[in-house]
Amino acid sequence: MHLNGLTAHELHNRLRNKEVSSLEITEAVYKRIDEVEDKVRAFVSLTREKALARAREIDTRIAQGEEIGPLAGIPVVIKDNMCTENILTTCSSKMLHNFVPPYNATVVEKLNEAGAVLIGKANLDEFAMGSSTENSRFFQTHNPWDVERVPGGSSGGSAASVAADETIYSLGSDTGGSIRQPASFYGVVGFKPTYGTVSRYGLIAFASSLDQIGPFAKDVRDCAQIFGVIAGHDVKDSTSAEFDVPDYTRFLTGEVKGLKIGIPREYFVEGTDPEVEGLVRDAIKKFEEMGAVCEETSLPHTQYALPVYYLIAPAEASSNLARYDGVRYGYRDETAEDMVTMFMRTRSEGFGAEVKRRIMLGTYALSSGYYDAYYLKALKVRTLIKQDFDRAFEKFDVILSPTAPTPAFKFGEKADDPMQMYLSDIFTISVNLAGIPGISIPCGHVRGLPVGLQLMGKPFGEGTLFQAAYAFEQNTEHHKVKPNL
Amino acid sequence: MLTKKQVEHVALLARLELSEEEKEKYASQLSAILEYAEALNKLDTENVPLTAHVLPLHNVFREDKVDGHLANEKALANAPAKEGNYFRVPKI
Repeated sequence: MHLNGLTAHELHNRLRNKEVSSLEITEAVYKRIDEVEDKVRAFVSLTREKALARAREIDTRIAQGEEIGPLAGIPVVIKDNMCTENILTTCSSKMLHNFVPPYNATVVEKLNEAGAVLIGKANLDEFAMGSSTENSRFFQTHNPWDVERVPGGSSGGSAASVAADETIYSLGSDTGGSIRQPASFYGVVGFKPTYGTVSRYGLIAFASSLDQIGPFAKDVRDCAQIFGVIAGHDVKDSTSAEFDVPDYTRFLTGEVKGLKIGIPREYFVEGTDPEVEGLVRDAIKKFEEMGAVCEETSLPHTQYALPVYYLIAPAEASSNLARYDGVRYGYRDETAEDMVTMFMRTRSEGFGAEVKRRIMLGTYALSSGYYDAYYLKALKVRTLIKQDFDRAFEKFDVILSPTAPTPAFKFGEKADDPMQMYLSDIFTISVNLAGIPGISIPCGHVRGLPVGLQLMGKPFGEGTLFQAAYAFEQNTEHHKVKPNL
Repeated sequence: MLTKKQVEHVALLARLELSEEEKEKYASQLSAILEYAEALNKLDTENVPLTAHVLPLHNVFREDKVDGHLANEKALANAPAKEGNYFRVPKI
């Protein structure tokens, strides 16, 4: 297999043994991009010169006998909603089409310190709002498994680049499923950590109480290692948690004997493709064969997660996106002769339709006369949803479900009906509302398309989550199947 | 169903200029989603505390002392229009 098809841990061993150089790995990745990017269209921008310079720098350090960490010299792609100093960061929006951040997001700083080689910024649904990357203002990313199907979203480009072996791993962000759902559509590992474990400083905000950054990787070991590097308290993010970051790879024992897995009945309902459900039921049997104990449970307020999410997220978004006014950076309408008109035209022209819809919804939900009935009510129901998980986790170590009700759908198939599009989020949203960690791992294929299995863990319970995910992965072959490009 | 006037009011609050078509489109789309949200009213949340934030964090402060700051040139680097150390804008 070519270097670009390997995992970070495999490449790390080869780098340490001096079998391969960071430059060779980086060049292999760009060669692959040159070959397939026309079909995949994952990237908003590529940082070829900087990446090659970085790779050479890492190679020099290795040659000088320096001990390198697990991500040193290895290419990474970053979703274009995370600030990269002096590198264009657009959120796939006209509003930020020319924005060059003067600082790095904390996760980018951490990756830099770890010796990572940033190779490009990935396409997304505009401002991370959407589930198919169809809302990117610039161009459509394609699913390498079937180019007529959506990549999922909002982290479509980040997921695509990993699935197409255009990178070794990538970072995405997840507010309502934007890492896990594309991971499911792509047959890669996608992980959303416990809220507060990864700094949001430099992540261009969508919904502040829901957003989290997380990795896309080719296997669970890589995922655990990447998380270990990017996790940790950050004084620059006042919503970041103080906690000890262990070596997560020590949870990768391959054992799950006695692990208690809850199967919530509300996640096994009509609307899910029967073949998808079949694969998830096979996964449950697999866990039982491995010695885990699987039992039905209930998360009774699941049905309320969607209305709660579609009130809280747009409300927070309307507040976070109020800063885009054409004054200090980004797009500005040049025709207006007074400030207010400039604000209105800048925002109307700078934002796409879906972003405007969510701003309108959020503004309405927060406006005088409606705040209590909509927004506050949603915050109370959020408590009930969180309590459902707290109760379930008294009995279970991990909760299992499908990641998405269907495999990747065709372009335009759902774009006209906002409700159907929202339904494709139904299994992922509760995890963000409760702030718990969730991971999607490949569990098979339906009609040639990947399907993801979702595991949900206790707050700060990433170790157990990785343990369960790893054991399943190592006892199956699904993660080794790659698309035909 | 939201009226055109309600949509216009929200648009003004959000500093968005909508076309007539957009006003109609948003009136029906917002109404459809909000009807979905009406479902929440079925739940009794009288004694339920609200969760604005999942972690038990309150008032995360730092020492009030001057630390590093963004240099003026960097802060102005993305400005659509500037004059000296100011962002230049149309008249208020």
